[in-house]
Amino acid sequence: MTGWRKFLMGESRTRDVLLVLAALVAIWELGVWHYEPPRIFLPPPSAILAEFLTTPELFIRHMGYTLWTTLLAFTISVALGITLSVAIVYSRLLERTIYTLLVALNSVPKVALAPLFVIWLGTGMEPKIAVAVMLALFPIVIDTVLGLRSVDPDMVNLARAARASQLQILAKIRFPNALPSLFAGMKVAISFALVGAIVGEFVAGGNGLGFLVLVAQGQFDTTRVFVSLVLLGLMGTALFYALDFAERLMLPWHVSQRGEGGSQHGG
Amino acid sequence: MNQGTQPYVALDRVAKVYPSPRGDVEALADIDLEIAPGSFVSVVGPSGCGKSTLMKCLAGLVPITSGTIDINGRSLEGPPGAMGIVFQRDVLLDWRTILDNVLLQAELRRLPRADYRERAMQLLARFGLEGFEDRHPWELSGGMRQRAAICRALLCDPELLLMDEPFGALDAMTRDDLNVELTRIWQGTNKTVLFITHSIVESVYLADRVVMMSRGPGRIVEVIDIDLPRPRPLSIRETPAFGAYVHQIRHHFAELGILKE
Ligand SMILES: Nc1ncnc2c1ncn2[C@@H]1O[C@H](COP(=O)(O)OP(=O)(O)OP(=O)(O)O)[C@@H](O)[C@H]1O
Ligand SMILES: [Mg+2]
Repeated sequence: MTGWRKFLMGESRTRDVLLVLAALVAIWELGVWHYEPPRIFLPPPSAILAEFLTTPELFIRHMGYTLWTTLLAFTISVALGITLSVAIVYSRLLERTIYTLLVALNSVPKVALAPLFVIWLGTGMEPKIAVAVMLALFPIVIDTVLGLRSVDPDMVNLARAARASQLQILAKIRFPNALPSLFAGMKVAISFALVGAIVGEFVAGGNGLGFLVLVAQGQFDTTRVFVSLVLLGLMGTALFYALDFAERLMLPWHVSQRGEGGSQHGG
Repeated sequence: MNQGTQPYVALDRVAKVYPSPRGDVEALADIDLEIAPGSFVSVVGPSGCGKSTLMKCLAGLVPITSGTIDINGRSLEGPPGAMGIVFQRDVLLDWRTILDNVLLQAELRRLPRADYRERAMQLLARFGLEGFEDRHPWELSGGMRQRAAICRALLCDPELLLMDEPFGALDAMTRDDLNVELTRIWQGTNKTVLFITHSIVESVYLADRVVMMSRGPGRIVEVIDIDLPRPRPLSIRETPAFGAYVHQIRHHFAELGILKE
C-alpha cells in the first residue's frame, strides 16, 4: 500500500472530517472563481484568509473577549446548575417550584430578553454573561437532575445498609453516577453559552466577535463577516472537543468511553 | 436449634403491604421466624413470593406494615450496624476499582480505609480475585463481580449476613465453587446468615434450616431443620439423606401446587 492509499483507507474520524472540509473549501473557492458572484455576496475562502491576515491581532483580541465571556458564563452555569440540581433532587418543594418554573421558562425565547439585561446591567460584559448563563443553565440542570435521579435503588440501599449519611450517598454514589449526564449537559451548554455571548454582543457593547459581525455587516463588508464566523466556528468546535477530552480523562469507566475490551453487563 | 439461647433474629407476625395506585400489593403476611445466633438459614420459594422483601425488611431498608422485628434482642430501627448485605444484583460501582468497591463498605461506615486495606486484599485473594484489585467491575465476569460483592459485604466482619440470591445468575460450576467457599468462611466465624435462593438443592446444601415460602401473599409454609454433618463436601448432595431433604421440600411445594412432580 502506498502512503496515500493508507491515508485514505485507514480509520480516523478527524481525517475524514478534515477531508470533507477541505473538499468543501476547494469547491467553494473554485465555484467563486468560476461564477464570479459579487464580493458582497460570497467572498472566496482565500479572500477570507487574506482579510484575517491584514489585522490578525484585532480579530484575536475580539475572539479573546468572546471566549472569556463564554468561559465565565459556562463556569457560572456549571456551578449554579449543579447546586440547583442537587437542591431539586433533595427537596420536594424546590422540585415543585424551581424545577417546574425552569422547565416552563425554557420554552420562552430567552434571546428576546437580551435587551432587558442591557437595561439592567449596562453595556459591559455582565449582560452578555447573563444571557449566556440563561441559555446554558437549562441543559445542565435537566441532565444533572436526570443523572442524580437515575441511580440504581439498590446502590442507595447498599449505602443505607452501611448507615451512610445523605451527604455520603450524594458524594460517593449519586454524584459520580450523574457525571456522564452532567457531561452530556455541559457539551450542550458550552455551545449555548457561546450563542448567548454572541447575542449579548449583538445587542450592546463594543467588543467581541458578535460586535465585529454587526459592524462589518453595517459596512457591507461580507469578507469581514465571514472571518468572524469562521473564528466563531473554530472556537465552538475547540470548546466542544476540549470538553470531550476532559470527559475521556475523567470518566474512563463510563460505557461510552470503554474500548472493545469492555464487556456489556446486563445484570 | 437450641431452645435456651435467645434468637439473633426474631420476626413476630410481620406483614408488608406495598401501597400502589393500582391496588395494594400484599408482599408478606404473618411471618413468624426465629434465627439462632451463628446459624445458617436459607429461604426458598417461587419468584415473587416476597423473599427480597423479607430481606429488605430485615435489613431495615423497607418499613414493615405491622408486626415486630428484633435483632439481637433489640427492636429494629433502621439498618443494624453489624450487618453485611449482598443484593440480587452485584451493584458494584463502575467508577471504582474492585479494591475500592470493597473498601466502600469501610468508607460509608466512616472507618479509616487504611485499616481495612489488608483485610480487603485477603478477602479478595480468598475469593480468587487476587490480581484483579485494580480492575474495574466491567472487566470482570459475572461470577467474579458477585464474589467482589461478597467481599464488600464481609469487609467489616458483620455479625449478620443477608444474601439475596447471590449466585442466581451464575453457572452451576461457579455456583458450586462459591457454595463451598461460603460455607468455609461461615464455619470459621459465628456469623448468622440468611441466604435467599430459589434452588432447593442449594438451600439444603448450605443451611442448618430451610425456610419454605409460598406466594400470594408471601408467607412461610414450613421450616425444615437440615441435620447433615459439617463440613459438607459437594458429594454430600448424592447421599440418600440429602436426597430425602430435597425430596421432602420438593414434595411439599408440589402439594401446594407450586411445583409439578
Ligand atoms: N417496591 C415495590 N413496590 C410495589 N410492589 C413491590 C415492590 N417490591 C416488590 N413488590 C411486589 O412484592 C412481591 C414480592 O416481591 P419480591 O421482590 O420480594 O419477590 P422475590 O421473592 O424476591 O422474587 P424473585 O425470586 O423473583 O426475586 C411481588 O409481587 C412484587 O411485585
Ligand atoms: Mg428477589
